[in-house]
Amino acid sequence: MFRIDFNKLRFLVCDDNPHMRRILRTLLHSFGVREVYESEDGATALEMYSHYVPDIVITDWSMPIFDGLELAQMIRQPESKGNPYAPIIMLTGHSEKRRVTVARDAGVTEFLAKPISAKGLYQRILNVVANPRPFIKTKTYFGPDRRRNTNNAYIGPERRVGGEVEVMQQPSLLDKARSAV
Amino acid sequence: MTKQKPGTIEVKSFGDHHVITQPNPLRKVLLRVPESDLDDPVGRAEKALAGLSGEFKNWMAIEADRLSAAHVVVLRNGFTTDNREELFRAAHDIKGDAATFGYPSAGAAAESLCRIIEHAPDLDKVPSELIAHHINAIQAIVRERTKLDTVSTASELSRQLRGVADEYLTYANRDRPEHLEAILAPSIAPGE
Repeated sequence: MFRIDFNKLRFLVCDDNPHMRRILRTLLHSFGVREVYESEDGATALEMYSHYVPDIVITDWSMPIFDGLELAQMIRQPESKGNPYAPIIMLTGHSEKRRVTVARDAGVTEFLAKPISAKGLYQRILNVVANPRPFIKTKTYFGPDRRRNTNNAYIGPERRVGGEVEVMQQPSLLDKARSAV
Repeated sequence: MTKQKPGTIEVKSFGDHHVITQPNPLRKVLLRVPESDLDDPVGRAEKALAGLSGEFKNWMAIEADRLSAAHVVVLRNGFTTDNREELFRAAHDIKGDAATFGYPSAGAAAESLCRIIEHAPDLDKVPSELIAHHINAIQAIVRERTKLDTVSTASELSRQLRGVADEYLTYANRDRPEHLEAILAPSIAPGE
């Protein structure tokens, strides 16, 4: 069995709502975290990210001027001098499928919908610590592998091409269904 | 396929993408402990959160008043970009916080209001009563929470508001299929 030695982890929390920051701080401290840096907007969070080099970032989405999505995009700059690989947990009141997809495509590592729970937050932290995913770099994306499940039975268009991946040419479900008629 | 930088970060290059794997930098904080280990960080955090609960009523009142203040500005000056944003953010914060603070019905009403602000084709054409009823309901739920009969009333009130809001949004977006899809789609975001 594994557990996390929280007192060795450094967190950056970004949320414009002071009540939510207080709740997050309380939860993290009670997990055992000693270092929690807080920001109420994305721009300040980006400065603090460079200065404090946190191990994990927890950010809200909706914030004035510079939101959590932009913060994630700024962190995920492969050529930047800072660390572009830090896990980003997006904690947000947005819960629609479309929003989850947009966050994922911005390089967010984990998505946690409010209302927050101690269990939900702990599980996201455990996941980014124990099961980091490789990073993928394409012309339009840099971030954690968006494929969480390796399914050998996948049938459908292959969006990544080249090398080993390119050989996985398979008919679409529609073509398969048509040929069966 | 080519390999670069062995040892630290491994980069596998394919036709149109690279797969970058680095040794887990957080591995050092993973401790192997016996099954008998009784440490319960989640339980500890839940207790700490419960310890904050004495503040929740006041926090909820502050959030509700912020929403009402944003509404007053909208009534006075109309839906400018800034006014709309502030009303949305105030409602959105309540949507996210209210259940934690012990006011789930206020959160549901705030979610319904967020959907109106986000999906109405023209906010100036939304019946002003529809927005006002949401805000009044949230204030009522927050202020009247101590009454014994208010839990079921608050839940029913939020449900009714959501029904009216959805009916309006469905009609108003009848020619906007992408919004209709978003309005009718169930939430898939992981919360636990």
